[in-house]
Amino acid sequence: MTAATSPSGARARQSRNSANLLRYGLIAGIIVGLITITTVVGREQNTPAVIIASFLATLVAVATPITLGALGGIFCERAGVVNIAIEGLMLSAAFFGFVAAAQVKAWGVPSLPSLLAGVLAAVLASVLFSLLHAVLSITFRIDQVISGTVINILAMGLTGYLHQQLVFQGGDLPAAGVLPVLRVPFLADIPVVGQIFQQQPMAILAIVLVGVTHFVLFHTTWGLHTRAVGEHPRAADTVGINVQAIRYANVLIGGVIAGLGGAYFTLESVPNFQPLMTNGRGFIALAAVIFGNWTPAGAWAAALLFGAAQALQINLQFYASALPASLGFLKTSQFVGMVPYLLTMLALTGVMGRSTAPAADGQPYEH
Amino acid sequence: MAVSETSSPALLPPPASPRRRRLPERLRTLLVPLLAVFTALVVNAIIIALSGSNPLLAYQGLWEGAFGSPQALSETAVWATPYIFAGLAVAFAFRGGQFNIGADGQLVVGAVVSAWMGYGLPRLLPFALPAFIHLPLTLLAGGLAGAAWGAIPGWLKARTGAHEVINTIMLNYIALLAASYLLNGPMKDPSPTNVLARTPLIAVSARLPVLVAGFRAHWGLILGLVAAVVIWWVLRQTTLGFEIRTTGANPEAARYAGINNRRIIILTMAVSGFLAGLAGAVEVTGLNYRHDLSFSTGYGFDAIAVALLARNDPLGVVLSAVLFGAMRNGASRMQFLTQVPIDIISVVQALVLLFVAADAIIRFIYRVKAPEQRVVFTRGWGR
Repeated sequence: MTAATSPSGARARQSRNSANLLRYGLIAGIIVGLITITTVVGREQNTPAVIIASFLATLVAVATPITLGALGGIFCERAGVVNIAIEGLMLSAAFFGFVAAAQVKAWGVPSLPSLLAGVLAAVLASVLFSLLHAVLSITFRIDQVISGTVINILAMGLTGYLHQQLVFQGGDLPAAGVLPVLRVPFLADIPVVGQIFQQQPMAILAIVLVGVTHFVLFHTTWGLHTRAVGEHPRAADTVGINVQAIRYANVLIGGVIAGLGGAYFTLESVPNFQPLMTNGRGFIALAAVIFGNWTPAGAWAAALLFGAAQALQINLQFYASALPASLGFLKTSQFVGMVPYLLTMLALTGVMGRSTAPAADGQPYEH
Repeated sequence: MAVSETSSPALLPPPASPRRRRLPERLRTLLVPLLAVFTALVVNAIIIALSGSNPLLAYQGLWEGAFGSPQALSETAVWATPYIFAGLAVAFAFRGGQFNIGADGQLVVGAVVSAWMGYGLPRLLPFALPAFIHLPLTLLAGGLAGAAWGAIPGWLKARTGAHEVINTIMLNYIALLAASYLLNGPMKDPSPTNVLARTPLIAVSARLPVLVAGFRAHWGLILGLVAAVVIWWVLRQTTLGFEIRTTGANPEAARYAGINNRRIIILTMAVSGFLAGLAGAVEVTGLNYRHDLSFSTGYGFDAIAVALLARNDPLGVVLSAVLFGAMRNGASRMQFLTQVPIDIISVVQALVLLFVAADAIIRFIYRVKAPEQRVVFTRGWGR
């Protein structure tokens, strides 16, 4: 069957393209709208160029965990494993990364190597929980959403417990600090706009990984096998692909990437750990996967959209004093805080373009 | 997306069999959950030991705190009450093939609305409301608010296919932010000494009485037991219950049988939200007599554990709610005696959930040959 060359296939592709156009157009439109609001509100204090540049710089930074979480989710789901545990993976990575970095630092190691050790520990923690998800959902074939929920609850409980334990035992480890800001050559030196290109390592890594994930999924044999397993495991099995092995590997790869997303919270954004600090970002990442139609580029665009909603909240706080009385409700952080969650729900309705999941997503495979 | 509880994926749910199940068989279905709880406690003891505390002392404190005195028993009942309602909410949704992770949000909405009915409504009326009107009205309003909040993801799923798992989670955050706004703003307790995000006290006519004078356990517990029986009866004996179970077990088959799936999905989520909203309303009317932002956290995830341990059986929910309530309640005494943080209870819960969900592990460890009850629940993203 060559669906792409048949007339109906061409039509399907055309409608998919127009759906994508609509989706990306809407995302760009909403981001521009949110930036405009900030620019108008802050116009007394700063020039539009400064406001826009700082908004975009915040946007890139805060979209990082959502982007990484989404990329992790894409690897899992393209191989047919639903992963709602991203939130838990990132939370445990954030905690163990933080503790490891602080501990290594306490041994007298300089900050940067301690932080890198922290990132490693974060990834390791996330991979271990991913392994649990893989064992439960691939080997034991228990329901994947339930397995994911189990891991989320386990991660919340375990990090909360160990964090309390640390506090009780008076072991307030001094934090190792945060990862240094890197400057993109040349671009970071441009006046005003340059700050968009001065980002910390995870933020830059996230963008690089969008490209890498796209390449791996759509231009390598590995990616082909992965997608085959996610679309039609029986057929993949018939041609000799080891379905279970591919699924295991992809869930673990997803764990690595989600772990980097978790590292963002405690090793890049702020130098401390708070219980439940991921605050739903893992679930939003999952929505970004769906909204981005299970493609890295689409998920990134969605992550930027959710990031923009958060950047709005952060930037508006900065200009809160300048808000006119008519826009006073924007001062109440609760309403602006709802925007990312409302956008997520809106995105899932399909008003902004429908998505199609990998055909075998969520279904355990039995030989 | 379907729930089937038999070893083979049945087309229709098992009929309400008039043949009484023999007692040993009944007991054997309890075996796996009990072993799951036991195994979770063992693994948890290892975690406690690894983090440098004495697990036996901790468990002793847990037991004393949960059942050691009349006071402890009353507090266990206090904890179990919202778990019964929220657990029923999640279990009911599961039976209809819906995964309601949003009990938290529905509970908050229910609590806020019933708190307003409790303190705000009497101020609007020129006459005093008698308790036999005010109290039911307050409870009902809380339940209906939860039902509305639950119906949103149900409606979105029925209309657009948007998965309820993500939408219910998003609605949790939205509900908490909305409650935070209301309790810090329009609904904030205006008394000059108050700095907390909480409502004023509700009128006496809107309060549920306590069960025994001098103890905090209240009539909410009885209401919870009644609710469990009602839900059991609805699922088991009514046409609506049959339609819900059929849609949950096999939506395709349900459609062929002429059941309106969309209607059932919305209804299932609304009833589930109603129960979760009642959990909030009962906390307000029976225990706290107001709503405070810090009162409602984490019930939603606990409720999932309660429901799954009970295998979504409404009467089983009561038992597992008491178990989790006892653990939550005993935890404070445990922390006081052994400095093991209360949060360890969340770890136990996750472990219980793990072993209940992956009961193959339990069967393998203990070589059990209990009847297999497999919960199959997701079919991808349900589109």
